[in-house]
Amino acid sequence: MSSELRELYQEVILDHSKKPRNLREIAGGRKADGMNPLCGDRATVYLELDGDVVKDASFVGKGCSISTASASMMTEAVKGRTRAEAEALFERFHDLVTGDPSKPGTGGADLGKLAVFSGVCEFPVRVKCAALPWHTMKAALENAPEPVSTE
Amino acid sequence: MSTAERREHAYDLARVRSDFPILARSVHDKPLVYLDNAASSQKPRAVIDAESRVYEECYANVHRGVHELSMKATDAYEGARAVIQRFLGAASSEEIVYTRGTTEAVNLVASTWGRKNVGAGDEILITGLEHHSNIVPWQLLCEEKGAQLRVVPISDAGEVALEAIEKAITPRTRLVSVAHVSNALGTVLPVKRIAALAHAHGALMFVDAAQSVPRMTVDVRDLDCDFLGFSGHKAYGPTGIGALYARAEHLKAMPPYQGGGDMILSVTFEKTTYNDIPYKFEAGTPNIAGAIALGAALDYLTHLGLDRIAAHEDALLAYATEQASKIEGLTLVGTAREKVGVLSFTLEGIHPHDIGTVLDYEGIAIRTGHHCAQPVMDRFGIPATARASFGLYNTFEEIDALVAGIRKVQEMFA
Ligand SMILES: Cc1ncc(COP(=O)(O)O)c(C=O)c1O
Repeated sequence: MSSELRELYQEVILDHSKKPRNLREIAGGRKADGMNPLCGDRATVYLELDGDVVKDASFVGKGCSISTASASMMTEAVKGRTRAEAEALFERFHDLVTGDPSKPGTGGADLGKLAVFSGVCEFPVRVKCAALPWHTMKAALENAPEPVSTE
Repeated sequence: MSTAERREHAYDLARVRSDFPILARSVHDKPLVYLDNAASSQKPRAVIDAESRVYEECYANVHRGVHELSMKATDAYEGARAVIQRFLGAASSEEIVYTRGTTEAVNLVASTWGRKNVGAGDEILITGLEHHSNIVPWQLLCEEKGAQLRVVPISDAGEVALEAIEKAITPRTRLVSVAHVSNALGTVLPVKRIAALAHAHGALMFVDAAQSVPRMTVDVRDLDCDFLGFSGHKAYGPTGIGALYARAEHLKAMPPYQGGGDMILSVTFEKTTYNDIPYKFEAGTPNIAGAIALGAALDYLTHLGLDRIAAHEDALLAYATEQASKIEGLTLVGTAREKVGVLSFTLEGIHPHDIGTVLDYEGIAIRTGHHCAQPVMDRFGIPATARASFGLYNTFEEIDALVAGIRKVQEMFA
């Protein structure tokens, strides 16, 4: 297998895509819908806030391995964080997957487990797959009424 | 046809492949296996040369100049129209309107014929397997006019029953518009018989021939359709050019499409007299080189023989279907008895996007997604499929490569 492919489909990503964590609804929580019109994938992200802190996060939906793993790991990553921290994490994650070299922090050193998504920047058409759950999470934080679209 | 007979009638595949320069390249260090022909096909040297020859030897604007180059360019441009006319079996080249492709052909008919002839309470009939370009223009028209868009459902195999069409046609049906070949499923619709049904009930017939023109003989007089649209880029020609065939009597009665130069005979601020057909529908400087190169593409197909191309692609599809059916966990989407060119499938537990990315690294280009036919995906309850689609230059070895690639995908996501 080529090294770029192995970078993209790291073990952790394959594991989360096959056994997604927090794949459930949260009754009474905030939620937002996201869709990728290009491939028809949809995901709903649920958040339960305790004051300013994300107490619980989950998602429901079916997508490719990259978007499923990203959703799964996003819900783990934002749990216990404040809104500001969750949004800042999204910023850094976004820089990672778009591979913007002008931004500090790319390479994912400060992203913990999420650094496994560093291979995505070599696959421009897959960036949206990785970013969709995060965009949707942000919309849920903001209680946005409109569904999020990657287009 | 027996295997021996088929071989006798077949063209020299290696030679044909050498006509297409891009097929020699590699992708991710693997030989290119191009199986995305339903999205767009590659171009033979004859087309590439025809386009550059226009700019090198006889380029000028058309229909305007008394000078030599303009007359040469006009001759070549109108010559290509005559090639399209013969290719489609149209009675006269005034029945061929250049468009940007199939999409614009549908929009042209919807916004000219449709605006004039479709009123409140009228109906447009399409099928459940249409490409978005044969859905949305009619939706826009129906919305504007208070008309109704009716949809004949497809079966589990991806077929449309003639009886279902007959049942769906009502006295209010003004137009039946269907794909000749489904780009998502490969289903061939019996458009000749559908046209007869439409006419028997006083409706007109539009054929979306985007997928049929590159792979089978399409004869508008045999089909007896009123309108037919196709795209050059799917028929081994350039992008940005295609054509609408319409019966002359319809074109004459239809209001113009866009206003501008070339579509007029005379203009004063009080009154404009429109040009004759087909020019009435061709405002502005057209895609001159594209049209001429499209003529070269159709000549190439004619020279190779549509029957031989169809036989070759049939054999490829039969072989691919047989091989794919042996793969555990693979489900074919679209299993119509009459089917050409397209192998749409899903793999259990693996998203089409991931299939596409992994195959790409094997040098294999397929399409993944909804193929601009979301209602088809909804019908089968899936977000997307992986689709391999064949062209006249594909080989049996390439199908073996596809099958090996699919097995690799399965290993990876097992
Ligand atoms: C069946 C069918 N109809 C219409 C179209 C639209 O063609 P174009 O995008 O060239 O206008 C396509 C192209 O994907 C098609 O496959």
